[in-house]
Amino acid sequence: MSYAPNTDADRAAMLRTVGVESIDDLFVDIPVQHRDPTLDLPPALPETDVIRHLGQLGALNATSDDLPSFLGAGFYRHFVPALVDQQLLRSEWYTAYTPYQPEMAQGTLQAMYEFQSLVCDLTGMEVSNASLYDGASALAEAILLCRGLTRRPRVVIAETVHPAYRDVATTYTSALDVDLQVVPAASRDGSSVRPNIESLVEAIDDQTSCVVIQRPDFLGMVVDTDPIVQAARRHGARVVVVVGDPVSLGLLVPPGDLGADIVVGELRSLAGPPAYGGPGAGMFAVKSQLIRRVPGRIAGRTVDLDGKDAFVLTLQTREQHIRRERATSNITTNQALVTLGATISLSALGRRGLREIAEQSLTAAHHAAEALAGAGAVIATDAPYFNEFAVHAPEGAAARLDRLRRDGNVLAGVDLSCVSPRFDDLILVAATELTTASDVEALAAAWARSR
Amino acid sequence: MYPDDLGYTSEHEWVRADGDHWLVGITAYAQEELGDVVYVELPTPGESFAAGDEFGTVESVKAVSPLYVPMSGEILEVNEELEAQPELINEEPYAAGWMIRLAASDPSERDALLDAQAYQQFVNELRA
Amino acid sequence: MTDEPLIYDLSSPGRRGVHSPLPQFDPVDPGDVLPSSELRTDLPLPEASEIDVMRHFLRLSHKNHSVDTAMYPLGSCTMKYNPKVNEVTARTPGLADIHPYQPPETAQGALELIYELEALLASITGFPAVSTQPAAGSQGELCGLLSILAWHESRAETRTQVLVPDSAHGTNPATGTMSGLEVISLPTADDGGIDLQNLKESLGPGVAAIMLTLPSTLGLFERRIAEVVELVHAAGAQVYCDGANMNAMLGRVRPADLGIDVMHLNLHKTFSTPHGGGGPGAGALAVQAHLEPFLPEPRVVRKGDTFALAEPSPTSIGRVHSHLGNFGNLVRAYTFIRSLGAEGLREAADDAVLNANYLRASLSDDYDLPYDRTCMHEVVLAGTRQRRLGVRTLDIAKRLIDYGIHPPTIYFPIIVDEALMIEPTETESRESLDNFIDVMRRIAREAESDPDKLHDAPVNAPVRRLDEVTANRRPNVRRVPESGD
Ligand SMILES: Cc1ncc(COP(=O)(O)O)c(C=O)c1O
Repeated sequence: MSYAPNTDADRAAMLRTVGVESIDDLFVDIPVQHRDPTLDLPPALPETDVIRHLGQLGALNATSDDLPSFLGAGFYRHFVPALVDQQLLRSEWYTAYTPYQPEMAQGTLQAMYEFQSLVCDLTGMEVSNASLYDGASALAEAILLCRGLTRRPRVVIAETVHPAYRDVATTYTSALDVDLQVVPAASRDGSSVRPNIESLVEAIDDQTSCVVIQRPDFLGMVVDTDPIVQAARRHGARVVVVVGDPVSLGLLVPPGDLGADIVVGELRSLAGPPAYGGPGAGMFAVKSQLIRRVPGRIAGRTVDLDGKDAFVLTLQTREQHIRRERATSNITTNQALVTLGATISLSALGRRGLREIAEQSLTAAHHAAEALAGAGAVIATDAPYFNEFAVHAPEGAAARLDRLRRDGNVLAGVDLSCVSPRFDDLILVAATELTTASDVEALAAAWARSR
Repeated sequence: MYPDDLGYTSEHEWVRADGDHWLVGITAYAQEELGDVVYVELPTPGESFAAGDEFGTVESVKAVSPLYVPMSGEILEVNEELEAQPELINEEPYAAGWMIRLAASDPSERDALLDAQAYQQFVNELRA
Repeated sequence: MTDEPLIYDLSSPGRRGVHSPLPQFDPVDPGDVLPSSELRTDLPLPEASEIDVMRHFLRLSHKNHSVDTAMYPLGSCTMKYNPKVNEVTARTPGLADIHPYQPPETAQGALELIYELEALLASITGFPAVSTQPAAGSQGELCGLLSILAWHESRAETRTQVLVPDSAHGTNPATGTMSGLEVISLPTADDGGIDLQNLKESLGPGVAAIMLTLPSTLGLFERRIAEVVELVHAAGAQVYCDGANMNAMLGRVRPADLGIDVMHLNLHKTFSTPHGGGGPGAGALAVQAHLEPFLPEPRVVRKGDTFALAEPSPTSIGRVHSHLGNFGNLVRAYTFIRSLGAEGLREAADDAVLNANYLRASLSDDYDLPYDRTCMHEVVLAGTRQRRLGVRTLDIAKRLIDYGIHPPTIYFPIIVDEALMIEPTETESRESLDNFIDVMRRIAREAESDPDKLHDAPVNAPVRRLDEVTANRRPNVRRVPESGD
């Protein structure tokens, strides 16, 4: 079964036009001994059966309906208005490709321009691209940009930046002359954890191309970044800010106003459910001086021959199809459909909606912390936080999480040993506007039982 | 098309003596081949180059071309106007469209460049 | 079609779209828990009603051409029909509403799907190991080159160059640079293949790999593939295959059998996951056994009846994605392969190749054919004959828009003057191809009789040709709020 419409009669007529006897004759350039292998694949399934099969696979996974979930760490369950998916199912959006022919792609191009505008407004930056793969590769590309710009070898990166993003940055720079220095930007004091800005400030020197911090950081903390920005400025280093939860931008001072040169982040939460971690969309925004170093597509506004407003891919000389080995990046396909979802979502939520869900997320997290404390937990985070905080699990995060799930039927959070072994007794708990009072009760009850 | 007082390279740059210094730009042929220039990337004053080194790039909508210094020396000044008005390179390639001012370390390198007639002939061959 | 204002222009103070959830808790005042210096004072987002937002994006969508609108023969991109069942399965709650940090015990179905998809792709390509982590082809290339470098390093060899044919897609050389390699361009031989003499001369001890595209971007299968592989291996280098064009080979040849060491697949091309207006894609990487230890991690493994994430490996190149890649697209690709089976996949390749050859045979009287031989899934024509009439390939492309067909890829591969790279895919019917042929012939006639029709095209699209020069000279890349706004 394929989706090919041609009949055998069509094929026969076409073969006559081509002037060959059979389709086999079209494959003669393939070495004969390797032609026509037998593929060992399961039999084809009609639509009904494939849906049933995938439904069965899906049923083996627990959704947030099955288990109250306090998982965050970059992928948050936020309210995505119903109209978003209705739009994303429109063929004109999802079965088009990169708008190489602008006259036939004004919809995609204008939506890109609106996306770029919304990102700039949210982050306080001046230029946004049309997306990179995810938050992690966006950070890696930011580091590569700073390396090319400053020609300095060192990168100072806070340990409180998403650990998977740090890993991806390590991979992306592994073949290049880059020295990534991870700085312990949070310190332990008994059961608690608090920011340690001094260690970051001290690590920045004249060989530092950029300093990378996250806001809210991976532990949920909102840290005063001013001393870091000042130190970077003193040494001529750039400041890269990773946005934790994009919804936090509804409430927090935008990184552009804090002095960021580059802002990156993961936008999945604005466009749809977590989808096991992908497809997401990497946000990438810069101050205008860096515009010609930006990786990836950018839409620009212009006019057509009649002077009518229109949009087009612009500054393409940065990209691989023109600059080849000297391009700003190899990225080609990006995450356009996810950014379209984010654009529609932000448009429908609007100024008030985004602020409200940000406030509700903050509210839910602080209630969850209070409820946990009431159940005997020690809240480890000793700093202001937005919608995520750490709880102390003296017997170890992994063991406690396991019991909370098995005995309490909750996904209580993320084991923070992924940040550092120093944090293997901490659990990262996230809440959003979709967290209900009964979810929080379930969490507190489970905690009390699992002690 | 190709003023007599300039020296030319086979990469389509020109130089003109300007007091003790030298101005550098690209030729009418080069700007025509590129089409509408949309951007030039120029070095920072103070940087030094050897003859033949790449000192920047010039871009049209769909192409990027490297720029090479015709003579060794230090960059004294770049044409700041080009940032806002790259079209000057198309409109006045030998005047307002100049790119860099150079202090030559070996002015005799000027003698190795093509004169207007030789450059014209070179271009004719390219066009043929 | 009327101009559509920006979403910002539909904004009116106090208007709102959707409502946020009912409060579940006594509100916490942000000012009580965060320093006031951390709180923003303005949030310049639009304020629009739900219906206005819906209509705005619907009207914008109407300005797009898509596969579901009409033929979209964009060469190298495999714009085949995206089966709707894929969209249903990808939205199954158990496959969509799952969190990357939930414990593997609660995500067995997702892990099984990844594991099985990797196995299916291994069968199709012949490689023993596959990673579906790369988010797109270009990221697959980066993983591939980094794996090759790690392999060389494991043998205490340092190699710093990569050979890339001049017909390659731009992302190949760009990936070479990102991998810290010097990129050496290889000229294409007269028949469109690799020039063996030149290859021999280029294969020094510093060469880590060759990146070749199979079939090539000219739509041609490399006839000397066996010799190429042998020469490259004899020089101690590896053969990377850009597998963007796998659609031509499904069931007809397994690239691993040819001796290729590593290859990426674009699931958004060959395996029908939709292109999304530019993405997301998915760029699985397939390797021979000797490169498996270097694949990106974490990898999905099977332990008896359960699936798990493997422990970190000291040899892996590391992570390239925050999680396990573009999972939603993996669901779609898995659905596609399970829907087609072995015979369906082979039929797809057969029809894709037949369709391209039908276009080649039907259009070679009217357009120049720089490489006159049997092609694979795409055919590259040249508008050189038309250029002599003062008509450029760009004009031909724009005229196609007036006829409601998406233009092919143009000016690529860059080694073909006035290139028109046409990839019909298997999902176009004979009637659809005949319509395309008819339109292309008409355009060829118009180029002779009325070239200005082409110069002025398009006239039937939402906009006419655009002022790209100003867009590049004075970039306007976001809406700048008016003062007091
Ligand atoms: C031949 C070829 N190689 C590589 C790529 C890059 O793949 P992707 O866009 O998925 O990154 C493409 C398509 O864009 C291509 O056509």
